[in-house]
Amino acid sequence: MTLNLTHEPIEGEHFTITSENTGDVWEIVVGLEVHCELATVTKLFCGCPNMFGDEPNTNVCPVCLGLPGSLPVLNHQVVELAMRLGRALHCSVEPSVFARKNYFYPDMPKDYQVSQFDRPINVDGWLDLPDGTRVGIERAHIEEDTGKNTHAGGSGRIHGADYSLVDYNRAGVPLVEIVGRPHIRHPEQAKMYIDELRAILLATGASDAKMEEGSLRVDANVSVRRVGDPELGKRCEIKNLNSLRSLGRAIDYEARRQVDLLEEGIAIRQETRHWDEGAGRTRPGRSKEEAEDYRYFQEPDLVPLEPSAEWIAAIDAALPVLPAQRRAILAEAAGVGATESGVVMAVQRGLDGLALAAIDQGGEGRRVLTHVEHNLAVDGAGSLDPKHLAELVGLELAGQLTATQAKTVLAEMVSSGSSPAAIATELGFEAMDSSELEAMIDAIIAESPDEWSSFRDADEKRHAKLQGFFVGKVMKVSKGQADGKAVTAILESRRNASS
Amino acid sequence: MASIPTTAIEIAAAVRSGELSAREVLESHLDAIEAREPEINAFNLVLADEARAAATAIDERVAAGEDPGVLAGVPLALKDNLCTHGIPTTCSSRILEGWRPPYDATVVQRVAAAGAIAIGKTNLDEFAMGSSTENSAFGPTRNPRDLSRVPGGSSGGSAAAVAAGFAPISLGSDTGGSIRQPAALCGVVGVKPTYGMVSRYGLVAFASSLDQIGPFSTTVADSALLLEAIAGHDPRDSTSINAAAPSLLDVLDQGVAGLRIGLVTELMGEGIAPDVAARVRQAAEALAAAGAEIGEVSIPALSYGLSAYYLIAPAEASSNLARYDGVRYGMRVDAATTAEMNTKTRTAGFGDEVKRRIMLGTYALSAGYYDAYYGKALKVRTLIMRDFETAYKDFDLLLTPTSPTTAFRFGEKTSDPLSMYLNDICTIPTNLAGHPAMSVPFGAGSDGMPVGVQLMAPALAEPTMFRAAAVLEDAAPPLEEAFQ
Repeated sequence: MTLNLTHEPIEGEHFTITSENTGDVWEIVVGLEVHCELATVTKLFCGCPNMFGDEPNTNVCPVCLGLPGSLPVLNHQVVELAMRLGRALHCSVEPSVFARKNYFYPDMPKDYQVSQFDRPINVDGWLDLPDGTRVGIERAHIEEDTGKNTHAGGSGRIHGADYSLVDYNRAGVPLVEIVGRPHIRHPEQAKMYIDELRAILLATGASDAKMEEGSLRVDANVSVRRVGDPELGKRCEIKNLNSLRSLGRAIDYEARRQVDLLEEGIAIRQETRHWDEGAGRTRPGRSKEEAEDYRYFQEPDLVPLEPSAEWIAAIDAALPVLPAQRRAILAEAAGVGATESGVVMAVQRGLDGLALAAIDQGGEGRRVLTHVEHNLAVDGAGSLDPKHLAELVGLELAGQLTATQAKTVLAEMVSSGSSPAAIATELGFEAMDSSELEAMIDAIIAESPDEWSSFRDADEKRHAKLQGFFVGKVMKVSKGQADGKAVTAILESRRNASS
Repeated sequence: MASIPTTAIEIAAAVRSGELSAREVLESHLDAIEAREPEINAFNLVLADEARAAATAIDERVAAGEDPGVLAGVPLALKDNLCTHGIPTTCSSRILEGWRPPYDATVVQRVAAAGAIAIGKTNLDEFAMGSSTENSAFGPTRNPRDLSRVPGGSSGGSAAAVAAGFAPISLGSDTGGSIRQPAALCGVVGVKPTYGMVSRYGLVAFASSLDQIGPFSTTVADSALLLEAIAGHDPRDSTSINAAAPSLLDVLDQGVAGLRIGLVTELMGEGIAPDVAARVRQAAEALAAAGAEIGEVSIPALSYGLSAYYLIAPAEASSNLARYDGVRYGMRVDAATTAEMNTKTRTAGFGDEVKRRIMLGTYALSAGYYDAYYGKALKVRTLIMRDFETAYKDFDLLLTPTSPTTAFRFGEKTSDPLSMYLNDICTIPTNLAGHPAMSVPFGAGSDGMPVGVQLMAPALAEPTMFRAAAVLEDAAPPLEEAFQ
């Protein structure tokens, strides 16, 4: 699929490569094409099960084997899921047609792939990344998957193999190809895009989005340009990216390779390259003797697809709240920015519902998010009563529990389901009475006169270190029950009084 | 033993009433095949054993008091591009050697469900590409009325089988005239229904947007009967019209009084043999005598029909025939690499005409040529539809020759593909428009060979078309009567 190369420059932080040779600053430009298998019961054009991992060539019939005389019949659920995904990506759903993409390959039973070409079902949407970047979506169209070749004997690769086997179980499995615009500017952002897209695929039920099983496949179009250059550079399409780690590494490698070439005055050749995870580099694909010409034309065995306005409206009405929206809702409730890590993590872990409920129960937003981000493992947090989390935060803010104690109490809350007050009592985390704390501090000062005088006379630099010495002593004596903030306040008041 | 009737309607009636057994009907047809098939070569495969088993089963059902259906015990020949479960389906091509489909075409299921007996798979131009059956990998079929002449094509075997009395009815496929032209050349009735009226599921595709299955018979009523049996929505074909089969037998005697029937100017002049044109005028007079209003109509876009067809049909064929690559079924010529194996297999497996059309179609769809060829052909197709629409504002039906000439001799046109393609000039436009049309025998030409006249109708107007066909059938001069 060709990318639309006109785009608006995006705002925000730019990840750049600064050349060691010339000092020029280069920018990476990435557009991702994602193929994902739709989680339908049956295949795109026949009634065979859409199942991963079954015995080879067991989920096949005349239609998905492309036997002479067989005809495709469009699976209604494919259209439903494709539209659901499209609407979740803010695309408009358009009347669409299927086309044949003609080329010979043994894993493709008809030697053409039924896809959508000039009139795709979903066009012109976007996806908001957790870092605030909006990545344009050019299109998300329906197409059929191919079978799988296995090269046996010899090297196990196509060259030198003794023979090849083909499994057509995957042939005709429905795919949506999501073509993103080149709005991504660094490898981490590319990974973030895939994470976000995966979250949307899961939320909409469109796909199980497993990169390791190949139900989500990523190709990256990578180019570079000097910062400030409005023109996009020549791009290379990187394939064989089997994990997020590979995606990040491949983009980074490919960008540096291109910068090196350009600085040597060598033009980039637009080509397909394969990522070699072991060698940590991209390699050119086998050069094709002839230019690719897929001779697209409208698939005469299928009729145009025109989902009714009612159908689209029903899809919209049934869409779940999507990650970006969930981040916005949580951020507003917590009174923080939507790109803050606490918000992003809460949504990513599916704990935003808990956080929102805790905030609703009076828990202070930022502290609630801190717990969700740092102190709650994904497992087991689900049964946590949000009211208890709100209470915990309340105890903390009232100085009745220290941050350390709160963490311990929270862990106990998750495992026992009891209230924080009860757990604190059980663990002996009674807040120290302030006169008791003052007496303890005075005793410690008396025990360490040298340190105290150093602290009293300390300059800005040494002050923090010596303060830490006294706080540490108090914590040790109080067995962690003293509130750190209260301790420093008392220490400072004593210091001011004695100086 | 009662004598065996020649029409499907009579045979079915006799079998259903127990007057005749399906088995004796079958044996009489197998005898006819045994007598003349060696000289005609209508069949790629005669299914004698399977047919006997099926006929016996029909007789058992009749004996048990069941009604096996409207085609009970009627022998029926199937063009060998219709998939038959477990029975070789070759498309008269070497490339499908050894392939036995694991399923029946929808039409094959439907005729069987109606009680018909599949008697054999008939010869055709390879993958239905041709107008004479000379492109078959298994040798040509001969015209039963004159063995030195072609039966037409591509459904030459199905037309010849009916003309020779091997079966009262048969099924063919029509992409640009492949039912109507051989029907005309063999002197039988042949119908191309509205696109989508008959399921294409199990018809090995030539050009998917044009292909349509239809009947051959000796009488108009038999074609009506067979079309009623095979028509109707099929969920396995997305282009199938979501409607029940039309009622045709019921309207056959309604006549043509008040119908407006147009003679198409573009298909009555240059390129049409004078004797054929004269027969068409005579047919028009017969319709007028029966009460129809006859007029002349010009459909200018028809002049471009042939050119558009020979871009669109090969373009689709180039894609439809890509799957014959030696990987999964049929012929394989082994080689060191997959690509080489593909090439060697296709080189050995396809005949010249198929290769010619694959190349034409591949070219027409190629980057840089698409707009000038395939794209323009699609526009012409739209123009033709529009012109037909205009014509059908003033006329209920159109009347033309089916073929520009009567049956020609073997080898006469094989050296010049263009002259062969011109044979389809009268039949192609309705395929491009998706409309129904049929050929009805109407006397002989100056050479004594049958002439067919073509009735064309708007989409789904088969009932009107069949009414006129019945009138023409009644008025047709006997074949034996010399052309004046």
